[in-house]
Amino acid sequence: MALERLFRRKRPSGVNRDVPELWTKCEACGVQLYKKEFRENLYVCPRCGHHHRMPASERVEMLADAGTFQETTGLKPLDPLGFVDTKPYAERLKAYQEETGRQDAILGGTCTIGGVPAVLLVMDYAFAGGSMGSVVGEEIARGAERAAAEGRALVIVAASGGARMQEAALSLMQMAKTVMSLDRLWAKRLPYVSILTDPTTGGVTASFAALADVIFAEPGALIGFAGPRVIRQTIRQELPEGFQRAEFLLKHGMVDRVTDRRKLKGELVRALRHLHPGVPYAVGV
Amino acid sequence: MPLEFEKPILELEKRIAELKETARSTGVDLEAEIRLLEERLARLKQEIYGNLTAWQRVQLARAPGRPTTLDVLEKAFQDFLELHGDRAFADDPAIVGGLAYLEGQKVVVVGHQKGRDTKENLYRNFGMPHPEGYRKAMRLMDLADRFGYPFLAFIDTPGAYPGVSAEERGQAWVIAQSIQRMSRLKVPAIALILGEGGSGGALAIGVANRVLILENAWYSVISPESCAAILWRDAKEAPKAAEALKLTARDLLAQKVVDAIIPEPEGGAHKDPLRAIQNIKEALLKTLEELKGLSPEELYQDRYRRFRALGAYAES
Repeated sequence: MALERLFRRKRPSGVNRDVPELWTKCEACGVQLYKKEFRENLYVCPRCGHHHRMPASERVEMLADAGTFQETTGLKPLDPLGFVDTKPYAERLKAYQEETGRQDAILGGTCTIGGVPAVLLVMDYAFAGGSMGSVVGEEIARGAERAAAEGRALVIVAASGGARMQEAALSLMQMAKTVMSLDRLWAKRLPYVSILTDPTTGGVTASFAALADVIFAEPGALIGFAGPRVIRQTIRQELPEGFQRAEFLLKHGMVDRVTDRRKLKGELVRALRHLHPGVPYAVGV
Repeated sequence: MPLEFEKPILELEKRIAELKETARSTGVDLEAEIRLLEERLARLKQEIYGNLTAWQRVQLARAPGRPTTLDVLEKAFQDFLELHGDRAFADDPAIVGGLAYLEGQKVVVVGHQKGRDTKENLYRNFGMPHPEGYRKAMRLMDLADRFGYPFLAFIDTPGAYPGVSAEERGQAWVIAQSIQRMSRLKVPAIALILGEGGSGGALAIGVANRVLILENAWYSVISPESCAAILWRDAKEAPKAAEALKLTARDLLAQKVVDAIIPEPEGGAHKDPLRAIQNIKEALLKTLEELKGLSPEELYQDRYRRFRALGAYAES
């Protein structure tokens, strides 16, 4: 480490300043990655295939057909309980809003995906761990209702630590609200596809995310009900290798497919075209 | 095992009993002293039980001797016939259910079941269900729909079991499915929080037309201890977390998360379980009466509207 620092210091200062901006490291194998290429590779390490977390806006770019996305989200969170822990919830919200440029932990709107009309909702893990409070619940319910009203498919990309503690019972109620809103799609025979990314746990897994017609999971994503730390405390022993990872979920029958992010849009389009009654038979479009 | 905040009351009660015993055995007239202490006891009870903190109520909600689902089924209902098993994997003792009559009305009942002593608590997994428990609950929801009988659910769990076995068998999936199944019931559905309403494991059988709660029960997204461990990084801050979570019956009524509060005897339901169970029975009968006459579609829409309206946000 010390040697590395010494070595770096001897580089020309101009290059040194550029290093943090141009290069990054794979979180799994540690290989140096050129950021631009890394981003173009959808934050998947080209050497070991590790799927890194991805900003919500780039997720939209990756899944929506170019130029078709119209944002519909933007509800503002409140602090209904006046919640204060080591810091007031209102202050935490403000900090997250400044950090992410978003009102709450979800970005969504209407678009087409492989030509199929859709409502696409993406949870933003960078905002309060993607936690579901009143805003996330309401945006999902409105998204499902909009999809039903406009004949669109619903696609939700989940990334969440679960329900938001600072809205307590109201967050819990969002689980029921989101689940019930899916009935509007059922009534119209419109497809709902859920994409589980790293991590998806707690009240999000245990509500709308688990109830899709087709469920995709990204390789290596942590998916479950209780978090690994809580389980470790409960059973007081180490957890088995690969426990609660996407591949484990596939083996236990909880998800339909574990799909590499670089192939995800293609598979999503196929699923939507298969399911959506308004889309005619077409292969390889 | 008296609760910490009840100790002054118990000490005073003990002193009064001692004085009475002394008066009886010695023949000395202690009437005035005893009356004075009894007045003081009444004031003390009023002061303590009339100003319970959120954390004290959480302790009452967990107090040994508090009525459990089976206590209620045995004493408020007639001819409870327990039905077992999820028809897929196992029978989960943490959730009980079956057929019963409530004042002659046929109903289907389900509820979390805690143990009434340590041995039973181990058997019941402290009221923390595995996926099998929720599958059993869903099977009973099917039964209620098939015969058109009201569905009654009693909530009393610290949460769904957070363990390897539960995760392997899809804990999150069955909770989501149970929420969905219950929301689609074609019959009147009432949920009643008896003691602890711990997170998704409670909500899984809580998607009812009316949600009732006992005066000292709690219901929230997380237990105060777990919340404190995460946000304060110290489970010992649970009293602060209990306060912040606004998890008491009165708070939940203000948030419209519950529709009515069922009163408990002074000092909590465990002080007079029969009285508490009588209050539960009256509340259930009254609520069933309210839902009478709604068609299956109206019942579904009523539930949809009820949960669709919950939450606090501002338009952009």
